Amino acid sequence: MEWETVIGLEVHVQLATQSKIFSGSSTAFGASPNSQASAIDLALPGTLPVVNEQAMHYAIMFGLAIGADINQRSIFDRKNYFYPDLPKGYQTTQMDEPIVGAGAVEIQLADGSHKTIRIHHAHLEEDAGKSVHDLFPTQSGIDLNRAGTPLIEIVSEPDMRSSEEAVAFAKKLHSIVTSLGISDGDMSQGSMRFDVNVSIRPKGEDKLGTRTETKNLNSFRFMEQAIHKEVERQIDLLEYGEEVLQETRLYNADTGEARSMRSKEEANDYRYFPCPDLLPVEISNETIEAIRARLPELPDARQARFVASYGLSEYDASILGGERDTAEYFESVTQHCGDAKLAANWVSGELSARLNNEELSISHSPVSAEALAGLIKRIKDNTISGKIAKQVFEAMWQGEGDADNVIEAKGLKQVSDTGALEKIVDEVLAQNPAGVAQYKEADDKKRKKLLGGFMGPIMKATKGQANPGMVNQILAKKLNQ
Amino acid sequence: MSVEQTDIEKIAKLSRIRIAASDMPEVALRLNDILAMVDTMQAVDTTGIEPMHNPLDASQRLRADIVTETDQRELLQQNAPAAEQGLFLVPKVIE
Repeated sequence: MEWETVIGLEVHVQLATQSKIFSGSSTAFGASPNSQASAIDLALPGTLPVVNEQAMHYAIMFGLAIGADINQRSIFDRKNYFYPDLPKGYQTTQMDEPIVGAGAVEIQLADGSHKTIRIHHAHLEEDAGKSVHDLFPTQSGIDLNRAGTPLIEIVSEPDMRSSEEAVAFAKKLHSIVTSLGISDGDMSQGSMRFDVNVSIRPKGEDKLGTRTETKNLNSFRFMEQAIHKEVERQIDLLEYGEEVLQETRLYNADTGEARSMRSKEEANDYRYFPCPDLLPVEISNETIEAIRARLPELPDARQARFVASYGLSEYDASILGGERDTAEYFESVTQHCGDAKLAANWVSGELSARLNNEELSISHSPVSAEALAGLIKRIKDNTISGKIAKQVFEAMWQGEGDADNVIEAKGLKQVSDTGALEKIVDEVLAQNPAGVAQYKEADDKKRKKLLGGFMGPIMKATKGQANPGMVNQILAKKLNQ
Repeated sequence: MSVEQTDIEKIAKLSRIRIAASDMPEVALRLNDILAMVDTMQAVDTTGIEPMHNPLDASQRLRADIVTETDQRELLQQNAPAAEQGLFLVPKVIE
């Protein structure tokens, strides 16, 4: 039987506020355990939460970016469950009246096609703390620094039909929240985490199958793997006449396996009720419009601008314009060197490859945008060839100075002196009389190819520093004499 | 609406409240009294009345995003039965 996969995502995004959603505790990552967990975060008797205005505004920015309705009145609710990293015994979240209503996000797939993924809603809530299991033999350690960090949870409709679509959607959300500057989007620190709802149904069937939820995936790759495994598992179950149980599954990145976490039945009995400590939040129309007026450029608009004003291909524009840091770096290189095409090639080529290798983000690149522009300028003015430039780039990456320093120190300047090049060409031709004779007998078509054969030894003799265009001219002139 | 003993056991479990078997009839009686009162209230015609989330006719005050809290770990961990290396200690929980 042919099966159709149906995927919905719940995405948790940590907001880039200085302080927590309900208290003035710091949200900085990496502090000593529990040094940023105050009496309010611990919900000690007599404390009262007060909502962080910036967190509300960030959520509204996201809502406006996806064309959603912003609810001018939203309510915080308590979701009750017991777990050691949840100090209050409930999570303060939003259920019936979230800040962000229905919206939509457009994704682009590898074949160039576009698809709209509907967003059911997005709500504000607080993060839980962290458990440390491997430090003590019989006990778990609890660090509540993260407890109360503001999150938006973005809930999609079950509109995705493959892992490719799910990953494209997740990447688009990442690109939107980082472009808005409402989250650092650092997946390695858990700033964006995905819960994936997967079900399958016979192709053509309208009714949805029973879904499972795989929780806490913190990379695009893990998400893709987890979806593949889960779809396979469900197909196996159904084809052998068994049932898919509605359950929560936990993915283990080390083994690539997921296992059932707990029956959803009990866990789902969260006994939500409106939080009596928090009044309804009212947001005026003026506030919403003021936030709308200050929205930064969004990825779709930026990519369109890159195509229109820099003449980039749609593909290059999607690579360079998707993430704000990359886009800013590219634009800075372009401004400093005045050549968008070369800037695009270097940022999406050499630089990206090197960053990927070392698992660095572009904001941590050892070669600054200005430095890279300096290198590109030397290619443009023929001081060095594109090939030598890669060597210079490597030295710059290793911290050996800017392009001019490296070219000077290593003596990599391109030889464009006609006299010097003629001398080398003469030497190479004199060493290869057979090649010269073969050239003289060949027809025009073959001659072109044979001419190229002399390039290698000439480049070798000049350590790659001969100006290739000039060598070609000199060679042709001498051989055709 | 009324609650059975099994409902009470389930709620007690979710709430981590231990109720002795001998107390069950008394708890069931009281909960059912409360639910009877709720039933009475449910019977009121509320057509056209906006649901009330909070008895105060006010909206939430918002605070500026500024760090105002300082590290009070030593003080706060005096409440905890066990703490080590800055962490609160609990029985091992691995799901």
